[in-house]
Amino acid sequence: MTRSTKIRSQSNKRWIVTAVPYLWMLVFFLVPFFIVLKISFSSSMIAQPPYVPVFDPFGDPWSETLEKLGTLTSDNYLRLGQDSIYVSSYLSSLWIAGSSTVMMLFLAYPIAYGMARAPKSWRATLVMLVILPFWTSFLIRVYAWISILSEEGLLNTLLTSLGLIDEPIQILSTNTAVYIGILYSYLPFMVLPLYSALEKMDDSLIEAAKDLGCTNIQAFWRVTFPLSIPGIIAGCFLVFIPAVGEFVIPDLLGGSETIMIGKTMWEEFFNNRDWPAASGVAIVLLIVLMIPIIIFQTSQARQQEAGR
Amino acid sequence: MSAKTLGPVRRKFAPWDDKAAVPLISIKNVSKQFGSFTAVDNVSLDIYEREFFALLGPSGCGKTTLMRMLAGFETPTSGSLMIGGEDLANTPPHQRPVNMMFQSYALFPHMTVEKNIAFGLEMDKLPKGEITSRVEEMLKLVKLEAFAKRKPHQLSGGQRQRVALARSIAKRPKVLLLDEPLGALDKKLREETQFELLDLQMALGMTFVIVTHDQDEAMTMADRIAVMNQGQFVQISPPAELYEQPTSKYVADFIGDINLLEGRVEKSERGRTILGSEMTGTRIETVTDSATGGTAIGMGDKAWFAVRPEKVSISLLPPSDATVNTATGTVWDIGYVGDISVYHVRLDGGGTMRASIANTRRVVERPITWEDKVFLTWAPDSGIVLTR
Repeated sequence: MTRSTKIRSQSNKRWIVTAVPYLWMLVFFLVPFFIVLKISFSSSMIAQPPYVPVFDPFGDPWSETLEKLGTLTSDNYLRLGQDSIYVSSYLSSLWIAGSSTVMMLFLAYPIAYGMARAPKSWRATLVMLVILPFWTSFLIRVYAWISILSEEGLLNTLLTSLGLIDEPIQILSTNTAVYIGILYSYLPFMVLPLYSALEKMDDSLIEAAKDLGCTNIQAFWRVTFPLSIPGIIAGCFLVFIPAVGEFVIPDLLGGSETIMIGKTMWEEFFNNRDWPAASGVAIVLLIVLMIPIIIFQTSQARQQEAGR
Repeated sequence: MSAKTLGPVRRKFAPWDDKAAVPLISIKNVSKQFGSFTAVDNVSLDIYEREFFALLGPSGCGKTTLMRMLAGFETPTSGSLMIGGEDLANTPPHQRPVNMMFQSYALFPHMTVEKNIAFGLEMDKLPKGEITSRVEEMLKLVKLEAFAKRKPHQLSGGQRQRVALARSIAKRPKVLLLDEPLGALDKKLREETQFELLDLQMALGMTFVIVTHDQDEAMTMADRIAVMNQGQFVQISPPAELYEQPTSKYVADFIGDINLLEGRVEKSERGRTILGSEMTGTRIETVTDSATGGTAIGMGDKAWFAVRPEKVSISLLPPSDATVNTATGTVWDIGYVGDISVYHVRLDGGGTMRASIANTRRVVERPITWEDKVFLTWAPDSGIVLTR
């Protein structure tokens, strides 16, 4: 084999390596997505499966497939716009996710800053500690919060024994509990990008700012903060995007006042057994989240270009 | 303004010899300890206005720590630092009348060249118009007018170095500290920039303190050089004195190339020292003794005769007097550098000596070549006797 054909055959093999993850995504993401999309245009029905029409791509003759295509309907989507429960679920989800993202930023920035300023030998350990909760299942950690926040829970017991409150306060089954749950669960997603932005910053930049007349606080606002903006953007999106569709936290910690789209979708699917409506909700949620995801992607790409 | 027109001014410039001169920077008994490590060990130093002062030494010698204390990024463990008669012990960096040019340049990556230069002026809350005109002046000074709107990552290394320089002198500090300012530039650019810095310093009338490990850089630019080792000054002298009259083997060896011939003192009197050396097998007679401060050194003491390779002559013929200031050996290696050739000669008495010869002609055939038996000679005033 000559050298050039050898290289060519190697690059062919390299192509296979790239194809594997794409194939994986095709089978386990794109195909299910189209199934959900199709169900969202179906009609609900009390049967097994609970919707019509049902395509059989291998059994149906062409004429029947065409006939079934004609029965697809956009009714589910129209209902999403008309029924206020859906609209308010979307808005409430966006609001809860948005406000907890802002709170998270204030909570995580000092943590990340402290980590980045810590002696070099400590930093790896500090990063480890931030990641450590991931070793326990997410579900179990959220359950643990129930026993902390409930009326006879650890928090109320502590506050009562300290004499700060006379009778237990209701935290569990309120939006407060949902915020606590989100802030707790997504903290690492905010801390880590902030940390990586702050950590790679050259210390001499701060020294230069001070040398040119900045106090510590001025140096922070004029140099450190602007240079950490990429980390802030990354962290905010990493928290906001999953928080919008969050289901476990509002379901376990929230109460009747908590309306979030993930929960509404669950109820539609399991309680009402209305698969087409639930699929419609899921598709709209996906489209709503596409916007921040695209903004995030483009900002990351721009960062990479401008960076170095 | 070019260096040429200011040449005579520079030659007369020696305030350190003037007892009445008031130093601009006065460092007294300053020490700095990091845990149990002493980075700077009880040093004292005066630097005068308009002086170009170099701190020279190998890495880890304490030169950078000393500079960072002047900038205010480190506080001395003991001792006092005065600039312009003011004790700076408790003055934070942003209130000091000094600015620093960082080794990494430390340009703010999120700001344009213009904004970087204006940064210090904006912090001083100067009027807008003044800031604009000063930034323009600085851009012109470093010839970067066309790059005002660029971000640092869009500039070449040399251009970044200029921006860093412009930013650090924009506030017109009394003292400019330069931490390895040319370290990141390639050789050619570094040599050009050395002279530009020199011209700039004279034009601005500023006091420059430069930290460097590059002796050529220090020799070319500085009025005086402090050679540091292990947290202490080994010698503080103007470049020529440092080269021609080192006071210790350390400095002699650190600055340029030198031959150190070990011997015992046979005779020592004012202005004349005679050493007996086993390495040469001859007497070494020298008329200089400044290293010993003019005082006689003890008979039989160990001493070293230090002579630069360019001051050693190499010949195939024996000298007229073969008993004094001469050594015999065999050519072992010839280093052709272009402008000079360095001959490494293995002495018959042990050890090696180097002699360098300027290549004044395009030699194709060398008269002296490998394994030739040669005679090395030097004049009595070509070297110096060192006792430490």
